[in-house]
Amino acid sequence: MSVTAPQVPMDLSGDPRRQRRERRVRSLFFVAAALSIIISAAIVLSLAGEAWGFVTAVDPASYFENGWLPRRGRYSILTIVWHTLMVSGIAMVVATPLGLGAAIYLSEYARRNVRRFLKPTLEILAGVPSVVLGFFALNFITPNVIQPLYAADRSNLLAAGIGVGILIVPLVASVSEDAMRAVPRALREASYGLGAKKWHTSLRVVFPAAISGIVAALILALSRAIGETMVVALAAGTSGILTWLPDSSGLTMTGAMADLAIGSDQVTSATAVQVNPFQSLFFVGLMLFVITLVLNVLSERVVRRYRQKY
Amino acid sequence: MAETTSTAPTTTDLVRGTLEGRRVNPVNTLVSGLLLIALLSSLLVLAVLLADVFGKGWGLLTERGADFLTTPLSPNAVDAGIFQGVMGSIALTAIVIVVAFPLGVAAAVYLEEYAPTNRLTQFITTNIRNLAGVPSIVYGLLGFSVFVNLFSGATGGRTVITGGLTLALLVLPIMIITTSEALRAVPTALREASMGVGATRWETIRHHVLPVALPAILTGSVLTVARAFGETAPLLLSGAVLSLYFAVPPEAGFVSLMTEQSYTALPMIIYNWARQPQEEFVALTSAAIIVLLAMLLIVNAAAIVARDHFERKST
Amino acid sequence: MTQEPVTEEHRTVNADPTPSATDAAADKLRDVVADRETEGPTGNSTIFGLRGLTVYYADFRAVKEVTADIRENEITALIGPSGCGKSTVLRCFNRMNDLIETARVDGSLTYHGVDLYGKNVDPVEVRRRIGMVFQKPNPFPKSIYENVVYGPKIGGMKGNLDDIVEESLRKAVLWDEVKDKLDESGLALSGGQQQRLCIARAIATSPDVLLMDEPCSSLDPIATLRIEELMLELKQDYTIVIVTHNMQQAARVSDRTAFFTVDVSDDGQRTGKLVEFDVTNRLFTSPSKTETEDYITGRFG
Ligand SMILES: Nc1ncnc2c1ncn2[C@@H]1O[C@H](COP(=O)(O)OP(=O)(O)O)[C@@H](O)[C@H]1O
Ligand SMILES: [Mg+2]
Repeated sequence: MSVTAPQVPMDLSGDPRRQRRERRVRSLFFVAAALSIIISAAIVLSLAGEAWGFVTAVDPASYFENGWLPRRGRYSILTIVWHTLMVSGIAMVVATPLGLGAAIYLSEYARRNVRRFLKPTLEILAGVPSVVLGFFALNFITPNVIQPLYAADRSNLLAAGIGVGILIVPLVASVSEDAMRAVPRALREASYGLGAKKWHTSLRVVFPAAISGIVAALILALSRAIGETMVVALAAGTSGILTWLPDSSGLTMTGAMADLAIGSDQVTSATAVQVNPFQSLFFVGLMLFVITLVLNVLSERVVRRYRQKY
Repeated sequence: MAETTSTAPTTTDLVRGTLEGRRVNPVNTLVSGLLLIALLSSLLVLAVLLADVFGKGWGLLTERGADFLTTPLSPNAVDAGIFQGVMGSIALTAIVIVVAFPLGVAAAVYLEEYAPTNRLTQFITTNIRNLAGVPSIVYGLLGFSVFVNLFSGATGGRTVITGGLTLALLVLPIMIITTSEALRAVPTALREASMGVGATRWETIRHHVLPVALPAILTGSVLTVARAFGETAPLLLSGAVLSLYFAVPPEAGFVSLMTEQSYTALPMIIYNWARQPQEEFVALTSAAIIVLLAMLLIVNAAAIVARDHFERKST
Repeated sequence: MTQEPVTEEHRTVNADPTPSATDAAADKLRDVVADRETEGPTGNSTIFGLRGLTVYYADFRAVKEVTADIRENEITALIGPSGCGKSTVLRCFNRMNDLIETARVDGSLTYHGVDLYGKNVDPVEVRRRIGMVFQKPNPFPKSIYENVVYGPKIGGMKGNLDDIVEESLRKAVLWDEVKDKLDESGLALSGGQQQRLCIARAIATSPDVLLMDEPCSSLDPIATLRIEELMLELKQDYTIVIVTHNMQQAARVSDRTAFFTVDVSDDGQRTGKLVEFDVTNRLFTSPSKTETEDYITGRFG
């Protein structure tokens, strides 16, 4: 072998054409990713302007009077917020036991092949459009489940709550199942090692260990329930009068938005209307945006805390 | 004895087995029974829902046959069809695919393959997750402000293009999240192999990463697009018509379907019919729901089966 | 000469063996190098010059101040206990560390006298010239043919691709086994064949260096033997740098060996450093540092 060093100095500068293409592609993809920021900004801006118009035109004291009746210039935030709370509360009462039960069963009890069959079925339930569940709540749940037991109107908030609850069961189930499956095997084995029974291990060991993931799942589900529109728009009717019980029709935040959007309440009579009802839509939209954002961030926080544990 | 999750019995299991024998533990049975009931009742709801809808709508569907799909809307239940709804939904879905799929994949590729870990990236990722949680009706307001009003010159106002773009923005974050997951599942060793022989980032992505991730990306995208297909709330605000009279008649052709300010969609029709007080509309609504669910179930089931197939292959 | 599985040997090394076992291990190594010349091949010019090379992962200093000259057409082995930074150093040679975002390099590393981390250096070009074979065989999930042809194709290499495939597979001593099934998936091959396919894939871009990071650690003894024979053959045309924690493998194939170890500072920081770099024969028979001697005789730790 010869002693000679390489005669020509090495050129490691590479192919400029390929480098240019690389830079182009990269910036293109960056733009696509950055678009999400523009979308967020657009949401906030498009909501804020009109919402501000609403805030300046409507006396805040009237937020707490009875009745969301835009046609008559009455904007009771209290009414629609309370109805929203009732619906999402009922939804959580329905979805929490069903969703968590399903999650524990799938994660701790189901054999592989059973899981293989049941899990996709849950996913199909998750794929049912909310307008279909709305129809089901209005035409099946109310007449066949609620009315035989409880003197409720044809349109009522209870049916809407149950419908929304069914809608969020798959979400609760899948997110909390993930949390439970993330619990290390060693923990379960330690529990068995101490002579614990299966039920004790699943409910007293695995479940608490996964609790932050489960809480995050529930917060996420609550956020989804608050923002759900079609079930409520169909099952809860269009009454703008405040009701403390879920037995009658009532507009929720989303229900009020849908109602304004389809125009049944847009007729502005000359009497006592100082504000364009359409502006209230943006105000409610902004409230909805902020509430769900806060809940989502909260659930994210909770999840991050539980990730650190393992 | 209850069975454990582990595949091979541990010593503990064996010892416990001999100590307990085959004795059934009543608490175990009760708990697992209750859990199973929780799971099965959600599935029961699905079954009841289907039975109810089929019970109410199947008769009408068989009686009217394909005519139901090809007849235009009408205020009279006897001769009302869903033609414009089906056409509108197909057009909306096409726009969603064309807009959201490439944008979603591109954004996910940037975030997973290129983005440095810094504040901006962190901000973008968090922002995308939060966008995925924004209620769909709020996207409707966005569509109204931006596509109906601000860019009405480009979209033509309350056209199917506006609706499609609104739905595309709605599903974009979900598209990015599912694609990111698919990319993250591609082993680093594959990227190293490709870069190791002198491929650039983009060559590596295009020739190796994307082909491997494609099945997962596609199944995820199909499920996401299916979600857009069933969405109603955003369309309420971004210009879909509800009126039984104003939807574009079928004779008008595809171009005017795209450009006229009077599109509608299948879920919109269902919503509208479900609100009608007349008893005849219940059957009509149910029939339309059967059509919607059939379209969705086919797509969903295909995607889930395909994903299971790929998952089994890769393990 | 024995062909023990790598893991087996590694365990003996760290297991604080009895004196007699220790001597036996050292004797075994001496046997391996006994028939090799005491002086390394002389006159081969420097291909990689490392001067105070220090690598960080974020704030963590993984290896510090490595200074060495790696020569052309030789096999250089990097040995040392796990975590001492062998892979880290190896991955500097073809800028593979660029793929790890937190990795940062200090000091200088030249390739044929050119600063590898210099301004005008394109890592893509570097990797075409300096091929790499990884610990776990990682063929593309594509046909055998496409695996080999990929590098030349994207590199815009002129010439008949079929010829390149055949030549590369022949050099990797895989041709006879796969010539009738070039369309079959590379993943369908056995582990040893996959690793040779990866070597063929690396050769196909006509690099002048091959970097190998524990290329045999996931292979059985027979496959390991084939790869070792292959390395000795490839030495004619390529410079090879191999990371191994199988000392016998280093003793069998390499011309020069660099021994790395971990320094543990007072505050518990673990930093890899180069202890000794010498002609393999000398390093194993008469190491100049006690740390080296302790390691090769199994007294390490
Ligand atoms: N990507 C990385 N990020 C952070 N630390 C790393 C990374 N890769 C390796 N290290 C650390 O650097 C040190 C050297 O690692 P490595 O070069 O892989 O050692 P070896 O190959 O000798 O076993 C180890 O402490 C390891 O934990
Ligand atoms: Mg290593």
